[in-house]
Amino acid sequence: MTTQTNGAAAGVRFRDPQIDMAHGAGGKATRRLIEGLIAPLLSNPVLDRLDDAAILDLGDERLAMTADGFVVNPIRFPGGSIGELAVNGTVNDLAMAGAKPIALLATLVLEAGLPADALRAEVEAMAAAAREAGVVIVGGDTKVVEHGKADGLYVTTAGFGLVDPRARLDARSVRPGDRILLSGPIGDHGITILLARGELDLEADLASDTRPVWPFVAALLDAAAPGLRWMRDPTRGGVASTLNELARDARVGVALFEERIPLRPAVRGACEILGLDPLHIANEGQMIAVVAPETAEAALAAVRGVPGGEAAALIGEIREQPARSVLSVSDYGSTRILDMLVGDPLPRIC
Amino acid sequence: MKYVDEFRDGRLIRKAAEEIRRLTKPDYHYRIMEVCGGHTHSIYRYGLKDLLPENVELVHGPGCPVCVLPMGRVDDGLMIAEQSGAILTAFGDMMRVPGSKGSPLEYKARGMDVRMVYSPLDALKIAEKNPDREVFFFAIGFETTAPSTALTLMRAKAKGVANFTVFCNHVTIIPPIRAILDSPDMRLDAFIGPGHVSTVIGCRPYAFIARDYGKPVVVSGFEPLDLLQSIVMILRQLNEGRAEVENQYGRVVPWEGNLPALRAMSEVFELRPFFEWRGLGFISQSALKLAPAYADFDAEVRFEAPGIRVTDPKAAQCGEVLKGVLKPHQCKLFGKECTPEHPIGALMVSSEGACAAHYQYTMRQSELDLLEDA
Repeated sequence: MTTQTNGAAAGVRFRDPQIDMAHGAGGKATRRLIEGLIAPLLSNPVLDRLDDAAILDLGDERLAMTADGFVVNPIRFPGGSIGELAVNGTVNDLAMAGAKPIALLATLVLEAGLPADALRAEVEAMAAAAREAGVVIVGGDTKVVEHGKADGLYVTTAGFGLVDPRARLDARSVRPGDRILLSGPIGDHGITILLARGELDLEADLASDTRPVWPFVAALLDAAAPGLRWMRDPTRGGVASTLNELARDARVGVALFEERIPLRPAVRGACEILGLDPLHIANEGQMIAVVAPETAEAALAAVRGVPGGEAAALIGEIREQPARSVLSVSDYGSTRILDMLVGDPLPRIC
Repeated sequence: MKYVDEFRDGRLIRKAAEEIRRLTKPDYHYRIMEVCGGHTHSIYRYGLKDLLPENVELVHGPGCPVCVLPMGRVDDGLMIAEQSGAILTAFGDMMRVPGSKGSPLEYKARGMDVRMVYSPLDALKIAEKNPDREVFFFAIGFETTAPSTALTLMRAKAKGVANFTVFCNHVTIIPPIRAILDSPDMRLDAFIGPGHVSTVIGCRPYAFIARDYGKPVVVSGFEPLDLLQSIVMILRQLNEGRAEVENQYGRVVPWEGNLPALRAMSEVFELRPFFEWRGLGFISQSALKLAPAYADFDAEVRFEAPGIRVTDPKAAQCGEVLKGVLKPHQCKLFGKECTPEHPIGALMVSSEGACAAHYQYTMRQSELDLLEDA
């Protein structure tokens, strides 16, 4: 006797024959894997929203929960390390749900042969980052795998926070005329990692931007909560992928004014040399918010008042058209569509 | 950023666009081919079409190295690397180019040791660090990258690095331009000449286009203002009835080219009698192979390339797009079977490929939905 498999019943649409690196790059393939395989099989009303953090209603309080895995090579890089990323990445996913982070759980997967000093340095980095973000790490797990079966150290963190009662975030509340706010210069993290791998004969005075973004969110809630509609941190896949998710989830058009995007000269120079688009490069300490036009200036001033937010800018606006797409508008009157990242960003040489 | 910002100045760009409008005759349809894939990318990236009058059409040319590589060559390279257990090294541009059994990145996901390099010298370094492994460099590119392959081979020979081979797919730019000029489909008024290639070969090799075919050529830089200025120079030639080779990119391109680079190329390479180009077919004396003095480093000699010939999927119209006969979106597979995520032809892979640029920089979600439903 045969029965229809759960997979078919649940609408699994993922047809790729194998998992490639692109499925982890945060662009189209990642989205296809999650929406086509993982979400349909685990489907429930909370998960199906596919937000950075899940929100559970607990009577008077709203609990935000999220988890994030960290695999980065090299594990230490200018401006941070995997331990610091593992705390900041997860508290930032909570912050994007409007939730003040409270506690984390951490799981360490260690490769046999990892020097104990390296592990100690990362646990110290986690402790320091947790203090900075105002969270405690209250539990976790440790596993060791054979040498050669992992890349030194992988970290998974799960985070819990309480949603600020003033936060009413929903992609469906985004409407034409709303403004798009970016907290600071883009591409620092991704380019720092690329250069830290040492495969390129390029050096630059750059550091990862890894940091908790909750202070930006707290300032936004104080200054513009009623007009705050949607937030996301543009990590893997960069600003371009995040804005495409916005256009798609809110079913609106996004107009981006590229000249207004803050960008450090070193990041810009590296991108020019390598044929990369900074809009596709990962960030670990920036956020994007959609705000109502009447609160936009107050929101901008609030973020600029937070250390690290001095270069914040209003980089675009919501329009009706082109629906579910991002349109970049130049200051000389031309336009182009800005697509999500496809695969990993690859340098262009020839 | 110096040498970049000046050429992206909004006020100057608007002025150049006005000049183009002033120079065009309303009753004539201008067709100008940008030979180089880098130009194709810039044209889309900066939305230059929005700035041009409707009757000035830019036709995308064959100057995208991975786009013109037939699938059989990709298969040959991957098969040699697989059978010899070599470390496969290649530029990032090559990594997603589909062979009939997958791209280098997909081979890597299945376990092949594939490493992205930024220069052939990095591939040679990998060989020196791994003396017990074969290291195989998948060389691609026009005269832009051929000199760096040549210098790498000269160094490998001088150092006697025995475990390093090159699978040479270097091609030359003049033969395909001539093939396009001789093609019965040809309806072009002028050419925007390649920028990077010309830093090596100079401007002289284009003289025949002006002299024998009466078509203006303007060698151009890659910034929006460079391209618009080149179009202004072309329109002036056409209006004045001139057909000449002009150099807009003088800040980088010397008229005579780069003689040391040319000398290195002639030391290391010789012309193949013929070479297959995707979409353009076999073109005589259009590609380079290693000269006999470098045979020890020639992957095709050391390992015997299987010489696989794979025909493109029947419905794919890469050739017509490469020749400028079809626009990317006019191909039957565009946006349906062939997308940047699941490319059938390399034109949909490379950011210099006309199809990838058209898809990523112009297609709105509503248009993509229509294609998917069709």
